[in-house]
Amino acid sequence: MVRVLLPAMLRSLAGGEATLDVDAPTLDAVLDSLGAGFPALERRLRDETGALRRYVNFYVDGEECRRLDGAKTSLAEVKEVQIIPSVAGG
Amino acid sequence: MEFQLGIGTRKGLFLARSEDRENWELSEPKFPMEAVRAVALTPGKVYAAAVNEHFGPTIATSEDFGETWSEPDHAPVAFPADTETALEGIWQIVLAGDVVYAGVEPSALFRSEDGGGTFELVRGLWDHEHRPHWTPGGGGQMIHTILPHPTDSRRITVAMSTGGVYRTEDGGKSWTASNRGISAGFLPDEEPEFGQCVHKVAMHPARPERFFLQNHGGVYRSDDDAKTWKSIAGGLPNDFGFAMVVHPTEPDTVYNFPLVADVLRFPPEGRCRVYRSEDAGETWTGLGNGLPDKGFYAGVLRDGMCVDARDGIYFGTRSGEVWAGPDGGDTWHQVAAHLPDVLCVRAQVV
Repeated sequence: MVRVLLPAMLRSLAGGEATLDVDAPTLDAVLDSLGAGFPALERRLRDETGALRRYVNFYVDGEECRRLDGAKTSLAEVKEVQIIPSVAGG
Repeated sequence: MEFQLGIGTRKGLFLARSEDRENWELSEPKFPMEAVRAVALTPGKVYAAAVNEHFGPTIATSEDFGETWSEPDHAPVAFPADTETALEGIWQIVLAGDVVYAGVEPSALFRSEDGGGTFELVRGLWDHEHRPHWTPGGGGQMIHTILPHPTDSRRITVAMSTGGVYRTEDGGKSWTASNRGISAGFLPDEEPEFGQCVHKVAMHPARPERFFLQNHGGVYRSDDDAKTWKSIAGGLPNDFGFAMVVHPTEPDTVYNFPLVADVLRFPPEGRCRVYRSEDAGETWTGLGNGLPDKGFYAGVLRDGMCVDARDGIYFGTRSGEVWAGPDGGDTWHQVAAHLPDVLCVRAQVV
């Protein structure tokens, strides 16, 4: 089971929860699971091709997933996935 | 009677209401920090297309003029899996009877029959043999103009940047490029079959075989259902600009906001002027009664100008000012100032 930490601006799309506990082997599978329960949340995190949105960062036990295997990053032995919007814009 | 405005900006949607079109009540920003590129108004419902820099694009609707909003859990506009394409933005929402059309980036047309809850890709245009050759310009590659025929639902005209004008007469199954006569100085062939950078096309329901077009350099009219185009830029100070709208009840009256040129996107002489033609583009007159007369260097984008059903014309600028001309533009009143840059303006009378 991995704990997913949501940014404040997305919590209303997850029933007001700040964290969600998900049983999934990869980051993609976590998002699949979120998509089943909270589709309005999931579509803010991935586009319709399944790609992670460019300016949303997914920290897997503190390491941004793009420095690992991206959406295919294994979550075996992982405790926490933290979702943080990147700095962007003006 | 109330006049309502939807003002989409780069950092949110502002809604304005007035009883006399001189004094306006402006809302707080809706969708703050999200670019609202398209708005559609109909009595009792507001459609807004917003794109969040982090979390992507969506369409939301309001039935209480922006007090509360709703949107479907699943993305209302999304490319089918087999296209292997992701929606980058929604640039146009057009209501045609019970049908809602969305023009999107990358260039595609979507159609909704449930009031905007779900949209279906119009495959005939997506599968067009020209599509691989549509090349994005600096502003992106999107369908920004959708003109359904007023009486024949099978006939639709769209325009895209860059790509040009395309038309269907069979409800979207097949599409024909309709750009004959429109120049494209940025391409090797000056008048190619397609590839023109169209900025906006306008049509009046009473004269649906006639179109007015602002190109990336060039202002045109077609009198033969977009088969051929001829220049009507002669009476304008310059032929560059973005906006083009037709008067709601006078199909020969058309409005434009010229800028000096592609390489100098300022109003001529730093004067804020809407140009009006009352003879379908043969002659033009600059309208500035109430508008800044000097030191004005902001442009008006492709959807930054619109009309209401009572002779009112409106425009919003990239410097965040919105103006209303309730008498067809003879005089102007400021609706708002100091907003983020205006992307689109839509008006209605309720």
